[in-house]
Order: sequence, then C-alpha cells, then structure tokens
Amino acid sequence: MTTLPETTDRKLGLVIDLDICVGCHACVVSCKEWNTGGYGAPLSDQQPYGDEPVGTFLNRVHTFEVKPESGPARVVHFPKSCLHCEDAPCVTVCPTGASFKRSDDGIVLVNESSCIGCGLCAWACPYGAREMDGAEKVMKKCTLCVDRIYNENIPEEDRVPSCVRTCPAKARHFGDLNDPGSDVSIMVADRGGFDLMPEQGTKPVNKYLPPRPKQEDLDEPVNLASLAEPKATGFLGWLDDALTRIG
Amino acid sequence: MHPAASVIFFTVFSGAGFGLLILMGFATGSNATPSTAFLVVHFGLAFAMAVAGLVSSTFHLGHPERAWRALTQWRSSWLSREGVLAILTLAVAGLYALLWVFFDKPIGLLGWISAVLALVTVYATGMIYAQIKAVQLWNRTLTPICYLLFSLAGGGLLFLMLHALFFGSAGSFLSSVAMVLLVIAWAVKIFWWISGDRIVPLSTTESATGLGKIGKTRLFEQPHTGSNYLMNEMGHQIARKHATKLRWISVGLGAVLPIILILIALPAPADALWLVLAVISHMAGMLTERWLFFAEAKHAVMTFYT
Repeated sequence: MTTLPETTDRKLGLVIDLDICVGCHACVVSCKEWNTGGYGAPLSDQQPYGDEPVGTFLNRVHTFEVKPESGPARVVHFPKSCLHCEDAPCVTVCPTGASFKRSDDGIVLVNESSCIGCGLCAWACPYGAREMDGAEKVMKKCTLCVDRIYNENIPEEDRVPSCVRTCPAKARHFGDLNDPGSDVSIMVADRGGFDLMPEQGTKPVNKYLPPRPKQEDLDEPVNLASLAEPKATGFLGWLDDALTRIG
Repeated sequence: MHPAASVIFFTVFSGAGFGLLILMGFATGSNATPSTAFLVVHFGLAFAMAVAGLVSSTFHLGHPERAWRALTQWRSSWLSREGVLAILTLAVAGLYALLWVFFDKPIGLLGWISAVLALVTVYATGMIYAQIKAVQLWNRTLTPICYLLFSLAGGGLLFLMLHALFFGSAGSFLSSVAMVLLVIAWAVKIFWWISGDRIVPLSTTESATGLGKIGKTRLFEQPHTGSNYLMNEMGHQIARKHATKLRWISVGLGAVLPIILILIALPAPADALWLVLAVISHMAGMLTERWLFFAEAKHAVMTFYT
C-alpha cells in the first residue's frame, strides 16, 4: 500500500493564482468547516479560547513580502495545502500502509484507522502539508475533499473542494492536471504555473500561478495627500498665483 | 526538529543494547569459557537495553495499540524495516542465548547471524532519519554510519565493563578495542558535525514560494497568531544557541572521560567501578549527542515560516 503508483490515470489537483488571492482566509475557514465533519476524525482545537490556542488545519494562508531589485516591495498572499505529489515522500515512509496515493486520481490519503500517529510522514513532507491532530492523534491532511468531488448527493456546482467553492476572488481552481485540455492545464500553460520547491524532487501536482508584473509607470508612489489639497480656480486662482509670485 | 525524549532514549539504549549483542554474537570464538552467570548477565543487559529502547519508542506514538501495524510495510518503509529487523534480531539472539545458557551449546553460526542482524537493525534505525530529504543535516550517507559506530562503541564499553565485573580485570586487549571503537565513532561524529555546518540550504523561502523570480522574499504575516503542530515539531530552536557548548559536553562525557576512566582502570585492582562510571558517562554523552541530533536539525518547511 505504501509504494507509490507508477502513474495515475488522472492527476487531480489545485491551481492557485497568487495574483488574485486577497488573503481573506475564507478557504482556511471553509476547509476546516467541511473537513471537521467530513472524511475521518474531526479537526480539533486545543485551548481555542485560551492563552495559546492551537488547532489542526489542512490549509493555511501565509503572507510574504517580495522585494525586487528596484521598485517598491509587494505583498503576496500564499495559500498552502497538500500538493498531492507524484513522488510523495510522505507515502513511502509510512510503516503501516495508512498513507497511500490513489492510482485512479492521484489523491494522497490517510487511512486513519491504520495510522499509529508516529509523525514520520509529517517529517518527510517538505511543505508542511500534514498535521497530527491533537485530540485524535492521527495524521490529518488535505483529501482534495474526496467526499465532495464524487458526491452525487450534493448539487453539481458543489462537487469541487470546499476551498475552491468558497474562494470569493476565484483564486483557486480544481481539475485534472494530467489532461492538457482541462481548464487548469490551460491556465498553467498560459500563465507559467510553477512547482513549489522543485529541488526536493517531489513532483507536486498542484501548481501556483505567479503574480503578474506591476505596471512600470506606477514605480513612483503617488502622493495622495497633495491630491486632496483644495485648489482655487478663476479670480481666486489668479490671486493665489500672483501673491505666491510676489513671495 | 523537536527532540522527543522517548525517541532519544530509544535510539541511544537500543543502539548500545544491539551493540552488546553484536559483540556477544562473536563471543563463541573466544578462548575463555564463560560461566552461566556471565552469559545471563551479558545477554540480560543487552536484551534489557534493546527492549527498553524499543518499548520507549512506542511512547511517542499517537496510537501505541496499533504499533503491530508498523511491521507490515518493510518493502518500502525504513521505520517498518527497523521494527521487523529488531524483532528478528531479538528472536535469533534469544535462541542463541537460550541454547548457550541452558543447554551449554554455543552455536557460532547463530551468533554470527544475530550479530549481522543487529548491525542491519541499527543501520535501519539510522536510515529512518537519513532518508528524510527535507532535513538536510540527516540526509547523508554518514548518518547511519554514525549510528552503527556509536552502537559498536557503546556495546564495546558495556562488554568491557561486564568483563571487568566478572573477571576482576578488563585486560589490555579488550580495553584497547573499546578505546579504538570510541575514538573512531566520535571522530566520525565530529566530521559529521563539521560537514553538517557547511551545508548550503537546498530550499529557501524563494524556492519554497516560487517568488524568488521577483525578488528577495520574507514572511510578512504568519498564517495564524499562535503556534501550530508544524512549528512545534519542525521549528524547535531552543538548543541552537548552546549547540557548540553541548557538542563539547557530549564529546567530553561520551569519549574523553570514558577513555580516561578505561586508562585508570587498566592497572587498578578494583577496576570494574571505574568502568561502570565510564559507561554512565558515555551514556550521558550519547544522550546529549542524540538530543543535539534532533535539536540542531532544520526542516525545509521552516522556509515558509521565516
């Protein structure tokens, strides 16, 4: 079970547009809401109202500052969840076979009833995509909402991962990255979608779309305060100019 | 990486226990005819240490009651291999000890097999860590070699101590062997430290986010105000500022002091006590070394948090 499939028929995954994400964390909340009642053990919190609240999340939004060689720095919101790697190191280290990658759609899952909670898969993942639940003591990770995407009891437009369905900015997309004609594959080709940490050799399925370049003429910050100053016109304007010239 | 006490205890004590089993595996070849008490104490200590370590390793599991499942994936997982090999080693060594102690039939071949199995078990323990590419400090050929050498050094010192307890004197040959094993193990470990300090990080915040094409990247806001599992498990930093001092302490307790005590014990009449102290000092040094092994290791995921 813990050996990886040679290939998978489909490569279901996410495409995340860093140009569009506004960092609202709605995907984080909707992910927790769906998955705490969905597949497997709930996503618990420890001391949610205490001094040091901690809890299990399958999706988190970091925010980075990028400083180019010239021009102003920019802020990039960065949602991060399991990348469902083709060469997933979390799967092969598992001693019990609880971690596995499905050969039909490529989703990486944990069979929680076989998980001994040793934590080695979380160590093996360079992305921090796996978190041990503090209450259930089993490994939790993104399931790509496997209980939504094939679920015929919910309306068809809801059969996508919860984070994708909820994103108000449409920064998250779901599809088959093995099919070159799929919307997500076209998006990746058009925008130069990239892998995170390609040097780790994990071959992630999820792709990220880079922020678009800033407009060149906006390099100098505009002094907004000067635009708000009242400017006299007509006779008063002429008087203002004349008096300024006299000094 | 978070240094879990149960895992530190496991790797140090099982390592030394298996080391003693390796030496006992070759003991049939020696000329001395050991007494039953000698064998019971030697095998007893080796089994006690190896088993105590293995039991301790289950304490850090979320579900120890399912630990047996870890024996199923030996084809792909080093952790599984380690478990299977440990049980196999204890079974073969147990049979070897049983035949020798109760039936006075020391079967050399069985001893050799148990010694080889013990070696491979310790190698597998090292590979659990060495296989993790996300932790560059560990992800080196030298890591399992360090585990093997420390196992032999610990086993050698235990063998020497027990020998002195039974025969009143350790003898210069066994003392030399123990000292050589200690020196080799710690020399390789010091090289592991020095070469580890020179590692250039494989992943950076720029490569982790892919934003390096735009410019220098740093974390602006964490995903949450508190801590999380990843930060607690992978982001342990408490030890790093004392790392150099702790390295000296571990070499001092693990190698220098035991060697001085062995040298003192050589001509002394009541030398066993010195060697007991040497073993205690060595184990304290090893616990420090193993604590640093975890505390100093940096995980690639922390590039998302800096």
